[in-house]
Amino acid sequence: MAAKRAAKKPNVSGEELTQYYRDMLLIRRFEEKAGQLYGMGLIGGFCHLYIGQEAVVVGLEAATEEGDKRITSYRDHGHMLACGMDANGVMAELTGREGGYSKGKGGSMHMFSKEKHFYGGHGIVGAQVPLGAGLAFADKYKDNGRVTFTYFGDGAANQGQVYETFNMAALWDLPVVFVIENNQYAMGTAQARSTSSQDIYKRGEAFGIPGEMVDGMDVLAVKDAGERAVKHCRAGKGPYILEVKTYRYRGHSMSDPAKYRTREEVQKMREERDPIENVRQMLLTGKHASEEDLKAIDKEIKAIVNASADFAKESPLPDEAELWTDIYA
Amino acid sequence: MATEILMPALSPTMEEGTLAKWLVKEGDTVQSGDILAEIETDKATMEFEAVDEGVIGKILVAEGTEGVAVNTAIAILAEDGEDVSTLEAAAASAEAAVPAVEASSAAPASVAAPEAPTPDLSPDWPEGTPMKSQTVREALRDAMAEEMRADGEVYLMGEEVAEYQGAYKVSQGLLDEFGGKRVIDTPITEHGFAGIAVGAAFGGLKPIVEFMTFNFAMQAIDQIINSAAKTLYMSGGQMGAPMVFRGPNGAAARVGAQHSQDYAAWYAQIPGLKVAMPYSASDAKGLLKSAIRDPNPVIFLENEIMYGRSFDVPDIEDFTIPFGKARIWREGSDVTIVSFGIGMQYALEAADKLAEDGISAEIIDLRTLRPIDYDTVIASVMKTNRCVTVEEGWPVGSIGNHLSATIMQRAFDYLDAPVLNCTGKDVPMPYAANLEKLALTTTDEVIAAVKQVTYR
Repeated sequence: MAAKRAAKKPNVSGEELTQYYRDMLLIRRFEEKAGQLYGMGLIGGFCHLYIGQEAVVVGLEAATEEGDKRITSYRDHGHMLACGMDANGVMAELTGREGGYSKGKGGSMHMFSKEKHFYGGHGIVGAQVPLGAGLAFADKYKDNGRVTFTYFGDGAANQGQVYETFNMAALWDLPVVFVIENNQYAMGTAQARSTSSQDIYKRGEAFGIPGEMVDGMDVLAVKDAGERAVKHCRAGKGPYILEVKTYRYRGHSMSDPAKYRTREEVQKMREERDPIENVRQMLLTGKHASEEDLKAIDKEIKAIVNASADFAKESPLPDEAELWTDIYA
Repeated sequence: MATEILMPALSPTMEEGTLAKWLVKEGDTVQSGDILAEIETDKATMEFEAVDEGVIGKILVAEGTEGVAVNTAIAILAEDGEDVSTLEAAAASAEAAVPAVEASSAAPASVAAPEAPTPDLSPDWPEGTPMKSQTVREALRDAMAEEMRADGEVYLMGEEVAEYQGAYKVSQGLLDEFGGKRVIDTPITEHGFAGIAVGAAFGGLKPIVEFMTFNFAMQAIDQIINSAAKTLYMSGGQMGAPMVFRGPNGAAARVGAQHSQDYAAWYAQIPGLKVAMPYSASDAKGLLKSAIRDPNPVIFLENEIMYGRSFDVPDIEDFTIPFGKARIWREGSDVTIVSFGIGMQYALEAADKLAEDGISAEIIDLRTLRPIDYDTVIASVMKTNRCVTVEEGWPVGSIGNHLSATIMQRAFDYLDAPVLNCTGKDVPMPYAANLEKLALTTTDEVIAAVKQVTYR
């Protein structure tokens, strides 16, 4: 991987590192719990877990300011937790209950929070890319200095509307960061089997959009790249592309037998590149935290996640009258 | 504390599976992520991972067991250090997957005698209002210009809308008045710019998207339906797309199959969209102004042939026509003819000729197809006892089909003849002049249908 790595001696405080550790751990434990609830039949339909990719959203959220927007596809639980949405509301949406962010009417793939500037949660691969550019269009129109993070995967990178959007985003200098979360498999198809040129970030060159490859297992490298991208956008220079190389440990969705890659490949990533373990070691070797401190954080996160699961089980099903609401404003 | 490991659901439809193979044995220590077992579903063999760490205390379901129901306890996981020998095989007390839902209490369709509705028959403008003659094209432009003057968040985007002044000159003069920030030429990229406009609407703007024709909107239909129409619902009411998609729809003249299609029935099917299809210039203006102000995504279906036609338009400020209110163009007593858009031309011509034969036709222009003003149609059919529908679109799943069913449900006892639908023929539009004429519905066909239902 030719990705840029963070500087050897990162210029980051123990406090910040601890925050990243906490935020990534929340996503991991939340997703493990979601997988568990799915297994129990409490979550239905499709459920795409973010385990392994935590450093991407946590690193990029560290580069945002209040009012910046984000939009992604259906592997969206991590994005929602990272931008500060409430774990209870997200989990209750997964179980399709009244207390969910969409009152139980959206589900895992379709969740939103106007308050946290999270614009979904979209189930059609690639469709969120022009939508994200449109959010940036609105910000430019209003001249409010905001930036939109538009996330999509290596699979979506082969959709035509992505390039229609690149063209217009560059033509109109839209303040949008295109984040390609390259987890190397579009469902069951390895990137090499679907993508003619492997460096997806270079595809912006044809439109004059700068791009770079980022090590998505290193939260500090992601944050650095995010800051460069945001600076570019806020300066009015138009869009920026980050291809963040990451890896999902779990299947594409819960019903994925994962026969397209070896157990050893997954194991190797987990053991050698895990983004959470990486920060954990930095905290310990940098003497920013003790084992006891980290255990306390683990316990705290576990309590948040367990509470969210309890909330998601106890929250009632939506009232039957909800079938007919929210169709028209 | 020991916990039960339950048979997992590994797909959206799985209810039971085969526990094919255990990959751990009693006494093994497991970490989160370790594979515990292989489970066969109806679709595939899946690896089942541990979520918690601990020691496998007891295996409750032997490998090779078929038909293990989801949520059955299949093993006991002890915490490190817990004495596994004292563990009792807990009975499978699987948590109820989903709270019971009461049987849907949908009321059966009413069989009581239908009540005559009381439609809104109020005039569209006050009596004595001064009128001016305008083309449909000018009326549409004025509607946009007035709304853009009133609201800075309204903007127009599309192919050739700015410097070229509109492919059909509908946006003539708007660039000069509002500038390039609000009147935006797009590249030829319908899917992309429709998506950008929907995103801009999520972001607080009120876009008007012009499609050069609605045929090209098929490239963008995913963004129109999946993104614009459904987001309000999917977000539990948090955000939606206040915007208008407009442009010419239906057959023009001699442009062949790919450029000649009526989408009225397509879009009218989608909850979350509103659909307007005006005939006259006053309706074009009043409905477009309402559409731009509407907080929902609106499909606004115009017609190239109608752009140059002139009608009287009320010369008053802030003139709007509400959605869901049909217009009775001509009162009559023998038959109700329901149409919309360019179909109105055939309906009105037919009414003139039928009058010469002593048949009095009531002509209703629906004006909007979502919502549809059913009450005006039903009240009219209860009076005339006969109905013919007229539209340019294809016959299968047409607006006429839908009205026929509604009339059957709400006014069955009032009908003296079956409802007939005059539609375009069930063929792609041919190019040859004679064939094109045959493919469209005609005034003569409307007259023939009326004579059939009036038994003349």
